Amino acid sequence: MALASVLQSESVDFSNYGRQRHGFASGLYEAELGLESVGGDRLSFALSTSCSNEDGPDRKIEFLHGTTTLAFKFQHGVIVAVDSRATAGSYIASQTVKKVIEINPYLLGTMAGGAADCSFWERLLARQCRVYELRNKERISVAAASKLLANMVYQYKGMGLSMGTMVCGWDKTGPGLYYVDSEGNRVCGDLFAVGSGSMYAYGIVDSGLKQKDLTVEEACDLGRRAIYQATYRDAYSGGQVNLYHVHSEGWTRVSQSDVLMLHQQYQAEKA
Amino acid sequence: MEYLIGIQGQDFVLVAADNVAAHSIVKMKQDQDKMFKLSDKILLLCVGEAGDTVQFAEYIQKNIQLYKMRNGYELSPTAAANFTRKNLADYLRSRTPYHVNLLLAGFDETDGPGLYYMDHLSALAKAPFAAHGHGAYLTLSILDRYYRPDLTRDEAMDLLKKCIEELNHRFILNLPSFSVRLIDKDGTHDPEKLIPVGAK
Repeated sequence: MALASVLQSESVDFSNYGRQRHGFASGLYEAELGLESVGGDRLSFALSTSCSNEDGPDRKIEFLHGTTTLAFKFQHGVIVAVDSRATAGSYIASQTVKKVIEINPYLLGTMAGGAADCSFWERLLARQCRVYELRNKERISVAAASKLLANMVYQYKGMGLSMGTMVCGWDKTGPGLYYVDSEGNRVCGDLFAVGSGSMYAYGIVDSGLKQKDLTVEEACDLGRRAIYQATYRDAYSGGQVNLYHVHSEGWTRVSQSDVLMLHQQYQAEKA
Repeated sequence: MEYLIGIQGQDFVLVAADNVAAHSIVKMKQDQDKMFKLSDKILLLCVGEAGDTVQFAEYIQKNIQLYKMRNGYELSPTAAANFTRKNLADYLRSRTPYHVNLLLAGFDETDGPGLYYMDHLSALAKAPFAAHGHGAYLTLSILDRYYRPDLTRDEAMDLLKKCIEELNHRFILNLPSFSVRLIDKDGTHDPEKLIPVGAK
């Protein structure tokens, strides 16, 4: 594995804590709250794999549990905002990771968990969506696309996939936002935040969305602010804030802002 | 964390489920419907492990519909309950068991109302009242004390409200709202969504 050769010093062990299919959610929070992390530069997970690990603890894979991604619906569509940091233990492996996957011109997927899992399965989803379009001569709905993804990963439940993604798009019923993860969850909603910094982001967006009727500009600022605040508090999130807006014509890449620049900007505004 | 309750009356079944879809300590969704309509007069309430709930319930739902299409008539609640239990049992000792707890509520033309309790170990019991979840520990005694087989619709609703008030009072988790449905000879009805006002 190319990535493994780059990260020789980091080793990841799939410690089996004897829990069957404990899956994404609890494993994620335990890892980020440091309850089960081993010191130094080893990243340990509360992931259980039902099949035996032939590679054993020598497998070196980078997981993006340390992340903040969020998406929310508002009057003019869906705002998707993500950070761009990848960590392996306490080492920052990259500050420029693309955590938004462009499935097709009107569907976006966010990435949290295993980078390979997310990008592979969402690429496969893109293929399925295209096949649907060819067969039915119409765009696939966000509900159907998210259901395809959920069913695909459900087959592999308990086998160690790690993926927490939000499928965002616009179809004939309006803006669509679904949260899908490798545990089998598929939930429709107006606001989701995923990752170690998600709770910090929830705080900002929940309070910001209380004021009804945001303009596009205000919504973008809210998304950017929420990710910034999460990166401020969460050590495993940072880098840049990538912001997308999904509207009736499809998605647009709104901005990419460095978190440090945002920090200086917000500090200046406070003064 | 999740809560299901069912109360059988003389000619109806009243069922309720909480509306929270939680993910670790965060409420991802506050208006999740945990009831699956198997047919006009049969409801399946399903809680348990993420993913398993929806996949299993939809699988049962589609199979019940398929039976109707193939044979021209619907499965009775008893038959549907046994079919569901059989599927749970078949998967129990496989590599992929479904970790779900269910309540099946239905109304049969000849047998009348029926409430069936099923758990993740594939037990099946026809019961006059039943509950699933941590909340069941708090509310089963209330049901034991105040249940009568000849409850009217309003009395059953009051009993349900009593249970939910107790949850609000003593249960550590906040369950802000509950979906309530009633099944009788005329089908499934949505009386109201119960929103507890606040702890006493």
